[in-house]
Amino acid sequence: MQGNGSRGYRVWYLLLLVPYLAMVWVSSYNKLEPEWAGIPFFYWYQLLWIWIGSALTVIVYFATRSHHR
Amino acid sequence: MPIDWTALVVFVLLFVLIAALGFVAGRWRRGDLDLIEEWGLAGSRFGTVVTWFLLGGDLYTAYTFIAVPALMFGAGAIAFFAVPYTIMVYPFVFVVFPRLWQVARHNGYITASDFVRGRYGSRWLALAVAVTGIVATMPYIALQLVGIQVVIAGLGIEGAGWMADLPLVIAFVVLAAFTYASGLRAPAAIAIVKDTLIWITVIAAVVVIPIQLGGYGKIFAAIPPAKLLLAPGPANALLPYSGYFTLALGSALALFLYPHAMTGVLSASSRGAVSRNAALLPAYSFLLALIALLGFMALAIGVDKAPQFADYAKAYPRNFSVPALFIAVFPSWFVGVAFAAVAIGALVPAAIMSIAAANLWTRNIYKEFVNPTCTPAQESQMAKVVSLVVKFGALVFIVFIPLQYAINLQLLGGVWIIQTLPAVVIGLYTRWLNEKALLAGWLVGIVIGTGLAAAQGFTPVTAVPVGSYVLPSYTALATLLLNFVVAIVLTPLFNATAARGIDETRVEHYT
Repeated sequence: MQGNGSRGYRVWYLLLLVPYLAMVWVSSYNKLEPEWAGIPFFYWYQLLWIWIGSALTVIVYFATRSHHR
Repeated sequence: MPIDWTALVVFVLLFVLIAALGFVAGRWRRGDLDLIEEWGLAGSRFGTVVTWFLLGGDLYTAYTFIAVPALMFGAGAIAFFAVPYTIMVYPFVFVVFPRLWQVARHNGYITASDFVRGRYGSRWLALAVAVTGIVATMPYIALQLVGIQVVIAGLGIEGAGWMADLPLVIAFVVLAAFTYASGLRAPAAIAIVKDTLIWITVIAAVVVIPIQLGGYGKIFAAIPPAKLLLAPGPANALLPYSGYFTLALGSALALFLYPHAMTGVLSASSRGAVSRNAALLPAYSFLLALIALLGFMALAIGVDKAPQFADYAKAYPRNFSVPALFIAVFPSWFVGVAFAAVAIGALVPAAIMSIAAANLWTRNIYKEFVNPTCTPAQESQMAKVVSLVVKFGALVFIVFIPLQYAINLQLLGGVWIIQTLPAVVIGLYTRWLNEKALLAGWLVGIVIGTGLAAAQGFTPVTAVPVGSYVLPSYTALATLLLNFVVAIVLTPLFNATAARGIDETRVEHYT
């Protein structure tokens, strides 16, 4: 892939910054409510981000796949 | 506690099975074990799935599985930093480490120090990276033994004097023997079995225990409120809860610089296998988060108040909590399975760490400075012997020196290993930073970091003053910034005084 826009795929990598922003913003999740199945927010929210982080990585993997093997 | 014979028999059987597997593993994807690339890197033959098991077994160690819930049990929410830590590590790995794998493959590098040597043409910077790796790894190996100690005591085995350490010595002799014989293939094969046992144990625990206790709501209701959330920081803190997220971020940046992680990455058979693992390894992070919650379950069930665990709690404060929880809720045979999973879970990382340290010693110290003309067979032999020495050192450490020293040193290990980030990670993208400036930055980071950690009694967080505010930060991360500042400021200075080293890598080696 050479020429016009061949570097456009790099934009996808910005998605990988999202988990960092979410985790650094501790005030947004250091609380008990809302609970889920009896689990305080602090715990289930961070558990959820494990999967969101993984999903974002998968998306970036497929979006940039043709540029690295 | 009395000996639980059913649990003990299951435990011993599984342990023997695993040890046997370690010995036959040398024939798996057979290679010439007289070559260091084959013994110490399994010839880089591991595809996505084996790499997943290997790295999972390597990074999520027995010590992690004991210590993280123990910290939840003792200190509460702060211990959950292990979760954002593992969330932050993989995007970083996804971007950086396929590139490292690529350049290593092109140039036959088997350690991070090899890369630094090739990239900067500086044997002294490479030496700094190698020594840091070895020194940071040693206490980590020692701590793996703690996992074995705790579960052996949980089985009710006690002895007086040197007999008390005998089971540990036996476990370690077995570990040393199969690592010597089979190299990296042994922990890779064992990791597959061990991870399966861990998954079964943890899934059983997070399903069965809440049912016994009447649901997660009841578990969390039993936790003292002060442990449920993070405590607010000092009144003049620059950012809220910076201790929590800097611990997570710094640990994430440091993790893959450890030699054992590097060895796992470089043993992958393709660049894609590394990328794919960055997306797949979070499954283990989920496992770790569940394990962390076991600390709260132990608290909810009251293992600290149960008279039958009084002696156990005294011998292994905090660390006894999860094994005691298993004894309290599982039938004996399953206690044997769970404890075997922890003990075997110690063998996998201990083996890989000793192999990684041996690779560093042999390639970057012995061959570079002592015997540059050694034959490939001598090189491989040296690595095998050094892997024995390293493990023996860890054993001596844990038997004769108070546990707290190993814990403190492991904490320092994180501060030390992160100082190799500028040379290794930035080096993958640019060699703008001068090798002598990098060495100076490394030295400043190590010295200041060690001093700060020691001055505050080996607690991980430093209150960095910023004007009239403070920014509580993980010492490793704070000193990494200092390291960068020194390296950047000194680069033009060194560039002006002496010629740069020679770069043996080419642009096309990286992509």
